[in-house]
Amino acid sequence: MKEKRLPLEGVRVLDFTWAWAGPQATLLLALMGAEVIKVESKRRLDHSRLRSLVAGPSMSGPDASFIFNTLNLNKLSVTLNLSKPEAVEIARSLTKISDVVAQNMRPGVLERLGLGYEDLKKVKPDIIMLSSSAVGATGPERLYTGYAPTFAAMGGMAYITGRLGGRPAPLMGTIDLRVGSTGTFAVLAALYHRRLTGEGQLIDLSSAEAVSALMGDAFMDYTMNGRVQERAGNLDRAMAPHAVYRCRDNKWVSIAVGSEAEWRALCGVVSDARLTDDERFADAFSRWQNQEALDEVIGEWTVGRTPVEVMEALQSAGVAAMPVYGGEEIVTDRHVLARGVIEEVEHPLMGTKKVLGPPWRLTKTPARVLRHGPLLGQHNDYVLGELLGMSKDDMARLTAAEVLY
Amino acid sequence: SNRALEGLKVLEYCDMVAGPHCGKLLADLGAESIKIEQPLAGDRARHRGPFAGDDPHPEKSGLFLYLNTNKLGITLDPTTATGKRIFRELAKDVDVLVEDHAPGRMRELGLDYDALAAVNPGLVMVSIAPFGQDGPYAQYNCYTLNLHHVSAHSTQFFIARFDDPGREPVPPGGHAGEYDGGLNGAIAAMAALFGRMLTGEGQYVDVSKHEGLLGLERVDICRFADGDSIIARFGMQIGGLMACKDGFVILTMPQDHQWVGLVEAMGSPEWARKEEYATEMGRAQNHDDIQPRVEAWALQFTKDEIYRICQDCSVPLGPVRSTAEVFEWQQARERGFFQEVDHPVAGKFYYPTAGYKLSATPWRADRPAPLLGQHNEEIYCGRLGYSKEDLARLRADGVI
Repeated sequence: MKEKRLPLEGVRVLDFTWAWAGPQATLLLALMGAEVIKVESKRRLDHSRLRSLVAGPSMSGPDASFIFNTLNLNKLSVTLNLSKPEAVEIARSLTKISDVVAQNMRPGVLERLGLGYEDLKKVKPDIIMLSSSAVGATGPERLYTGYAPTFAAMGGMAYITGRLGGRPAPLMGTIDLRVGSTGTFAVLAALYHRRLTGEGQLIDLSSAEAVSALMGDAFMDYTMNGRVQERAGNLDRAMAPHAVYRCRDNKWVSIAVGSEAEWRALCGVVSDARLTDDERFADAFSRWQNQEALDEVIGEWTVGRTPVEVMEALQSAGVAAMPVYGGEEIVTDRHVLARGVIEEVEHPLMGTKKVLGPPWRLTKTPARVLRHGPLLGQHNDYVLGELLGMSKDDMARLTAAEVLY
Repeated sequence: SNRALEGLKVLEYCDMVAGPHCGKLLADLGAESIKIEQPLAGDRARHRGPFAGDDPHPEKSGLFLYLNTNKLGITLDPTTATGKRIFRELAKDVDVLVEDHAPGRMRELGLDYDALAAVNPGLVMVSIAPFGQDGPYAQYNCYTLNLHHVSAHSTQFFIARFDDPGREPVPPGGHAGEYDGGLNGAIAAMAALFGRMLTGEGQYVDVSKHEGLLGLERVDICRFADGDSIIARFGMQIGGLMACKDGFVILTMPQDHQWVGLVEAMGSPEWARKEEYATEMGRAQNHDDIQPRVEAWALQFTKDEIYRICQDCSVPLGPVRSTAEVFEWQQARERGFFQEVDHPVAGKFYYPTAGYKLSATPWRADRPAPLLGQHNEEIYCGRLGYSKEDLARLRADGVI
């Protein structure tokens, strides 16, 4: 059978991103089949290639980072030392044959190198440029810096995350990937526009604003009512039960009830007269008012069971109950396994590594994992030789001059 | 045209957050989006707050108003024979259909991909469901709370733990995982449209909100899947959540030059200039000496003061801001992140826009969220050719 085509076949992306957020944006494009050429250099390694507290102690070198691998699947790597004018010239030549340029360096850095949007537009008038930064490329704080936890803090999500009356909770890497996904969508929209009109453009992505856009309703509460939403733990503004309950072995299960039918189903499964005979639990309003007492009764039922037992018993009656999972449980969960969420990819240094494919399934032109994250400079020959027509001698000279470095 | 998705036609048959967010992302960039709502009750988001003026009116839900900008709204009951026929007529003329019903429901209605592709081979149909269309949990009931916890998006794992790990874990505030599901739906819809440019055919797209959240944790999940469960806790790095005079700030500085910046920001105190503090590993080993001193320093300032002091030294520190503080933030204000949208019933309010500014095709609210059934006449009479008398009969029969 003929191999299915990838949806972004024929789209080329010149990728100056590093860390997590930018690489996630181009990762999704690479999984869709775009040819993503990652520009890197030993002089300035993507810090996901480096040993760190997050990467752990087992890493043998920059080509053996599982973090880099998982965020850079399907991409190509070319090493350009952008402190050398010749490398900048090569980057410009690559722009000429690219559709998209992506970057998340500190605002102003690429501009100083002569690789800002205005410069690149001159060599490729219809280029699309994704420029991702902490708080956007305009405004008084445009030069400020940040990472996922600070984006979450400044965008408003950390403030509403935490226990009722407790401290806010820092959100971590997931925020970077949310910012990256937002960038992917913007690039696809800009590409669509270019296909129809021939016009390229600059996408100025603010990470903090990308976070805020994912909690729009909380902002509406403020702009409509002047109300500041606070941390509320597992509480819902209307539903009860709506909580996590302790299970056997200090595990937890989440249960949420959104209708009378679900409430009756829960009562049927738990089968405790204290739920059905108590006026305090007789309707949704009363249950919400008396949820502490309600949670106590339900908790007595869950505490002797495993989260999966609770899930199966309640779900068979149509009640929303799911275990509270950590990493170990996710990777062995039967639904995750049945859906094939975790795939394997062969890596030349690390051997077989587990990775995640795209979080959506396209039936006719499926996005998919094709190969491991690139070794540093692995595709110099292809990119410079084949795409730019450079001779072996030229490349040797540029290597010696630490332009390809 | 200065709308990125000008000419793209979208039909949305969705409720609450995820599906409508997908539709909003497309509509806000210029797609012509028709939203189908159940007659009389409408989208369930209309009955969830926050409500303007705390008035629980179906046209005043901030959740609905935010998630449905730029859409045309019609009412239709596809469980009736006529409703199904009209649904097919609508689907015949669009590029993208987004739906978020329980897996199998569209097939029961005779409105599954095969049935619709028969009348519109170019159709991209995106189904958004908590656990996708197949697999053991596909039919499971799942609210936002369950979705966050089962995806490990809670303080049990992916949100920094609290000091009292024996207590109950909590998820991210708001509807984050649902918004993510919608964002993934919009990305997948666009991918399928590019696929259509290659093959000339539409296709079916299965979007699992659960997998969307797992995808945001791809780094740590890979690590667990490979049997290496060492996770650096936030607490090992210097910084993290720190109290100051008027609230909290978060400091993250994985890179060594950022420590140098912090030392400078603190006025280069003697204690901070130790050589072993120069590397991340060295600082982790001396965490208990360094952290209390940094925290004591932070307590002297307001969060805005310390934000500027640190950022002036290139130290990545951010204040934990409430919605009010984000709204009042000069940076967001100068960038025009909040824009006024006037709604005929709810009133005129500032809405968050989008995280991206597209230079040639900016975000724009051409219209507020639709009133329930606001565009019935425009769509049914103007496009599908029904008469006004038909409309009255359809309404009386409960079809629209």
